[in-house]
Amino acid sequence: MSWLDICALEEINPLGSRIVLGPSGDIAVFRTADDEVFALDDRCPHKGGPLSQGLIYGKRVACPLHNWQIELETGEALAPDQGCAHRHEAKVENGRVLLALRN
Amino acid sequence: MKKLKLVLIGNGMAGIRTLEELLKLAPDMYEITVFGAEPHPNYNRILLSPVLAGEQTFDEIVLNDLNWYSDNGINLLLGRKVVEINRKQRHVIASDGTVAEYDRLLIATGSTPFILPVPGSKLEGVIGYRDIADTQVMMETAKTHSHAVVIGGGLLGLEAANGLKLRGMDVTVVHIGEWLMERQLDRNAGELLQQSLSERGLKFLLPKHTAELLDNGDGRVCAVKFTDGDVIAADLVVMAAGIRPNTELAEKSGIACNRGILVNDTLQTFDPRVYAIGECASHRGIAYGLVAPLFDQAKVCANHLAQLGFARYQGSVTSTKLKVTGIDLFSAGEFMGGEGTETITLSDPIGGVYKKLVIKNDQLIGACLYGDTADGGWYFRQIRELQNISQTRDHLMFGENAIGDVGHQGQDKTANMPDTAEVCGCNGVCKGTIVKAIQENGLFSVDDVKKHTKAASSCGSCAGLVEQILISTVGGAADVKPKSEKAICGCSDSTHGQIRQAIREHHLTSIVAVQQHLNWSTPNGCATCRPALNYYLISTWPGEAIDDAQSRLINERAHANIQKDGTYSVVPRMWGGVTSAAELRRIADVADKYQVPMVKVTGGQRIDLLGIKKDDLPNVWKELDMPSGHAYGKSIRTVKTCVGSEFCRFGTQNSTQMGIDLEHDLFNMWSPHKVKLAVSGCPRNCAEAGIKDVGIIGVDSGWEMYIGGNGGIKTEVAEFFVKLKTAEEVREYNGAFLQLYREEAFYLERTVHYLQRVGMDYIKQAVIEDAENRKALNERLQYSLSFEQDPWKQRIETPQLKKEFQRIPVTVVEEVPV
Repeated sequence: MSWLDICALEEINPLGSRIVLGPSGDIAVFRTADDEVFALDDRCPHKGGPLSQGLIYGKRVACPLHNWQIELETGEALAPDQGCAHRHEAKVENGRVLLALRN
Repeated sequence: MKKLKLVLIGNGMAGIRTLEELLKLAPDMYEITVFGAEPHPNYNRILLSPVLAGEQTFDEIVLNDLNWYSDNGINLLLGRKVVEINRKQRHVIASDGTVAEYDRLLIATGSTPFILPVPGSKLEGVIGYRDIADTQVMMETAKTHSHAVVIGGGLLGLEAANGLKLRGMDVTVVHIGEWLMERQLDRNAGELLQQSLSERGLKFLLPKHTAELLDNGDGRVCAVKFTDGDVIAADLVVMAAGIRPNTELAEKSGIACNRGILVNDTLQTFDPRVYAIGECASHRGIAYGLVAPLFDQAKVCANHLAQLGFARYQGSVTSTKLKVTGIDLFSAGEFMGGEGTETITLSDPIGGVYKKLVIKNDQLIGACLYGDTADGGWYFRQIRELQNISQTRDHLMFGENAIGDVGHQGQDKTANMPDTAEVCGCNGVCKGTIVKAIQENGLFSVDDVKKHTKAASSCGSCAGLVEQILISTVGGAADVKPKSEKAICGCSDSTHGQIRQAIREHHLTSIVAVQQHLNWSTPNGCATCRPALNYYLISTWPGEAIDDAQSRLINERAHANIQKDGTYSVVPRMWGGVTSAAELRRIADVADKYQVPMVKVTGGQRIDLLGIKKDDLPNVWKELDMPSGHAYGKSIRTVKTCVGSEFCRFGTQNSTQMGIDLEHDLFNMWSPHKVKLAVSGCPRNCAEAGIKDVGIIGVDSGWEMYIGGNGGIKTEVAEFFVKLKTAEEVREYNGAFLQLYREEAFYLERTVHYLQRVGMDYIKQAVIEDAENRKALNERLQYSLSFEQDPWKQRIETPQLKKEFQRIPVTVVEEVPV
């Protein structure tokens, strides 16, 4: 596993996200209010909605299509919905957002 | 910090609901011990009747299984009855000698059936109807004996009688009153009920007073003897003649009681460390025996236990629903009528329908429905909200017809729907699925049902049906509060109205400030409350509150409509539905260049370009060179017009120009929900102004203005508002009405629902009768709009805003050793 330097933290709005074009599709990189970053494949486990476009609160994102709530830390959908978005490691170091892709 | 010790006496619905509410607010504040006299975890007591009737099993009515207690670190002591409260030493002692110390004590001991003090009441086979053990006795007895007598023709007694009958017993109901359920029904409804229960084979003796229960010689009951000398056979006697609050324990420890443990508005007893809740408590002289008030009490009690202290319990209006399958009966409020009241009655004895509405001072204060209870929830909401019904009085009796017009085969009553009938046409959810979810998960509100089944969670048109199913499944415990009484979402206890008020009165200008001021329980809200707060802030404090893009849902952030595949649709503004060859050429060029998969004409007289990638949006806007059509927002959408007097041979007014002017007046206006207008040039009304938020119809002598129409989920015809002479007046009245709506409506409340909530009189007073206010409203609208600009143009011109539409380039990839 190796870390990819993606962008400066300021390039992502707090409670916002950006899309990185990964080798197998879009990856959504989220920034929380506490400046933590998380990365998920940009596909909701429900109907493939682009999670990057959802509203972010706490450590969750609400899918823009049907309001499924996805845990950013695990990619798991919040009960009673069931499903999991593919997760990638992400972190902030020296003000840079780093991403490690997971196959 | 050392945890405080909380002891709960009584492992029933009221006490456990309080713990659930408390754990939400302060999960780590208390070390919790629960004493339960019964050997079961918390179960849904109101569903004992379906269990007795054989419609459900015991396992299905458990609300909190044993894992719930351990998961929450609760020390559960089952089968142990607390026998003493020592308030000096602050501990309780159970029958087995267990001692538990407390810092706070919650008494939720419920009630016990009142056993008539007649000779023979201690005999074997004489029971109350209260818990699982009683239910088991009844089920066992039904297997071996044949004659049952139920004393008491109230809710509980009838449910017991029905269940015993279904289990094969010969059942007689003995009642002291002149008709059944006299506390919940008036005489007419009570007699209809008796008639249909008689048809099911139940026998009734009323009014009749029990004198004695006779011994069969072996210590078991064999007959009931009445004061008039009659005797009937009885192998089982169920006493359902009322309940008595369990106050003995509290009384012994010196806590003030009077037909219940006396509590104040924070559910504290005479000893402020000791709380009481549920059926054992007496609040302002009332000990509630129904479930819905207990849930309200639980919220307040938990709030106080969590040391928040801002909630007050001020009593509940209750409603009743008999849980006997196939019998529809609903009552709420003061349904008996009386001095100073008026009643509207509908009676159809052959069809088995009886409805009575009780009105006082132009407000609905009570309802009693038999046979057709579909509108029970609607009446109940009006009773709670004390709505002025003077305008709706003539059709009040015919109900809300609240259900959307389409999506469920025109059904508007759930009672006769089969389990396989589709209730939610958006998500394909059947009635049976909803009933099962309600029973298995112990759901009490439509919101819970939405979460678990997805029913009513999309367009919401079937919410009325779901509410009916909920009411008929859990009865009076169904939480059917109006939006004005409901908390905005799970993040807060505040209602929409309280939030708007706090923002206004305390000059709050940021989401964080609102959340701190009103004690939000989550760090940054959720997808339900943040968009609402953002709207409330920018509409209350324009120019001061910052419009927070991250608190807007994607459509309003991207200024385009997201589609199922993640592409967007683009609808440029065409003022009043009028376009030109040049605009159409540019639209065609964009469609070619960006290979737009579909170009479609919308219902609001616009052109929709569908299937555009987000990255392309700014360029598409630029090349269209037209303003945003706001087809994506809770905002002014379109003003639809007909051709009008310029061309049409019937036209009486220039409706097209009026539409264009109105649309310019409102350009960029954000609102609680979408706002659509239409202007027709004559009463033929080709622009369909009768189903718009504001509909204007030109007549020879001027303009008629209609408000509160809606053509969507449920067709609502706009109501006549005012007749005006000049175009200037139309613009002024329109602006004033919409600003009033912007300032007072709840988020996601359409004009029709706002109108229903506040009443036409109120709006007329504010806009028509008060000229100064009308002027002030218009000024505030103009002031608010002065801070807005065309969002598309803004995004083309401001690089910082363009970022939203750009991906992070991944060509530069720097490897950093891990």
